Amino acid sequence: MAKKKYGRRNHQPTVLAGQIQKWWWLFLLPVVAAFAIGFGWPFFQGIWLSLCKFKTTSDATFIGFSNYGRALSDPSFVHSFWYSALFAVTSLVFINIPAFAVAYALTQDIKGSNLYRTVFFMPNLIGGIVLGYIWSMIFDGILSHYNTSILLNSTYGFWGLIILICWQQIGYMMIIYIAGLQAVPGDMIEAAEIDGANKWQTLFKIIIPNVMPSITICMFLSITNGFKLFDQNLALTGGQPFTMSPDGTTIKETEMLALNIYNTFYNSNAASRGTAQAKAVIFFILVAALGLIQLKFTRDKEVQQ
Amino acid sequence: MSKQSKSKNALSAVLAVICVIYVLPVVVVVLNSFKQNTYVKTHTFALPTGEMWAGFSNFIKGMTFGNYPFARSVEYSVLITVASTALILLFTSMAAWYIARVDSPICRAVYYLCVFSMVVPFQMVMFTLSKTADVLKLNTPWTIPVIYLGFGAGLAIFMFVGFVKSIPLEIEEAAAIDGAGPVKTYFQVVLPMMKPTLISVGILEIMWVWNDYLLPYLVLDRTKYMTIPIHIQFLKGSYGTVDLGATMALILLSIIPVIVFYLLCQKHIIKGVAAGAVKG
Repeated sequence: MAKKKYGRRNHQPTVLAGQIQKWWWLFLLPVVAAFAIGFGWPFFQGIWLSLCKFKTTSDATFIGFSNYGRALSDPSFVHSFWYSALFAVTSLVFINIPAFAVAYALTQDIKGSNLYRTVFFMPNLIGGIVLGYIWSMIFDGILSHYNTSILLNSTYGFWGLIILICWQQIGYMMIIYIAGLQAVPGDMIEAAEIDGANKWQTLFKIIIPNVMPSITICMFLSITNGFKLFDQNLALTGGQPFTMSPDGTTIKETEMLALNIYNTFYNSNAASRGTAQAKAVIFFILVAALGLIQLKFTRDKEVQQ
Repeated sequence: MSKQSKSKNALSAVLAVICVIYVLPVVVVVLNSFKQNTYVKTHTFALPTGEMWAGFSNFIKGMTFGNYPFARSVEYSVLITVASTALILLFTSMAAWYIARVDSPICRAVYYLCVFSMVVPFQMVMFTLSKTADVLKLNTPWTIPVIYLGFGAGLAIFMFVGFVKSIPLEIEEAAAIDGAGPVKTYFQVVLPMMKPTLISVGILEIMWVWNDYLLPYLVLDRTKYMTIPIHIQFLKGSYGTVDLGATMALILLSIIPVIVFYLLCQKHIIKGVAAGAVKG
């Protein structure tokens, strides 16, 4: 993995370091100040506010953990969690298998592979909102012939979003897999072929173990991307269709976690903002933990160098 | 041998077919941006011929729709993207050099906080960040780059520090012995060496800021300032009867510069994205 161990511990402090240090206000301060404004302060204030009752940031009163209780007992939040989890796992499979297959094909020295790579990567540059509207037009263009719409049926909404995300991200993951495949030592593959291994044996015994670091990265990226998805979700279905549950709360069937948090913050009821901030903290813990777990889980399978 | 090249040709043909399918959505956007609005939903995949043909009327309508001209959203998008990317490249590369070379406990703390910020989803800070931006008057297209510098510092610092550590110290020491101060050493010796990473980080930041919807939507004063994604969302979201033809025209206008940019610096983009993906 890329995370390099920090520091050059064996290196003596240099004259240079001493000189640079006098210029801390020029080199370090601008980023530290902007980081404090754009991340540090909002982050800590966010944690604090999740423990408060508030409508704006200035009228907060401490109430302990009851926001978290409300968040976890909110059926729409629980629904969006399971919906996001299902989406993340499904998209993991439907993105990574084709991405690996295409990357493998493109590294077989075939004609036009540069052109193909260019085309497959292209959707990645289009923003999420625009992607959502392109695909909502396409899906409704098809579904209107059957007198329905992507907004009316949550099954269409789910698979529609999967198709959209595959179109966007297969090319991205493909690039990472190509980089991994190109780094597999050629003499290893040759040796396997001389020993009489067939194509499949070479693939599963030599190539896949060697590209395990790329697989780790791609799986991590697609799971977290799946959980964090917002723009595409908002633009494609916006959570529709809506259904009323027996206790009177509205469930937005295709609403994912990030959109649920957004809707809790910015609905007409400003009193729910404490709950929204608690949801956001839970969401943050989930995304951060997910990264750590998956990293640890897949690292064990990497080839020992 | 000929059997192998035959199977390679077959593979190439399969990939060519997938490629054609891959560009179809963009083709459909082009078709519908020239189609009369009423036919977009019923004849989505048809060519805009005969009475469906709308010429450039969708583009004209889209550009002047509502009371906010699309051209102004384009201007703000360009301004915010260019200014934010320039600010991030300049200041994070400087900070990364300082962090890598001074390597004090404070430096390490800043570095790890930046790395930590990469795993924090935007929803965690969106409410408090937009309030902070309001208080500090960072809610205009001219000042929002400061927010982007702060929220986007993590990945940039991570990539630059990694690169600076791979540069041999001797070059900078030689410059210092020749009497160059840190500022001169940085701008004349270090910065030119960082060029490949500057390009990679620049590409990633451009792609992020240009396509970003939620951050500018929450931070900017929306009655005065919109960016392209905000404009398109506004168009679809707030009018009762959505003019699909005009929306498709604007979507086409908004993806043409992206595709041109991509075709021009494709190699750098793919390299930059591959470098950024390793951030896990």
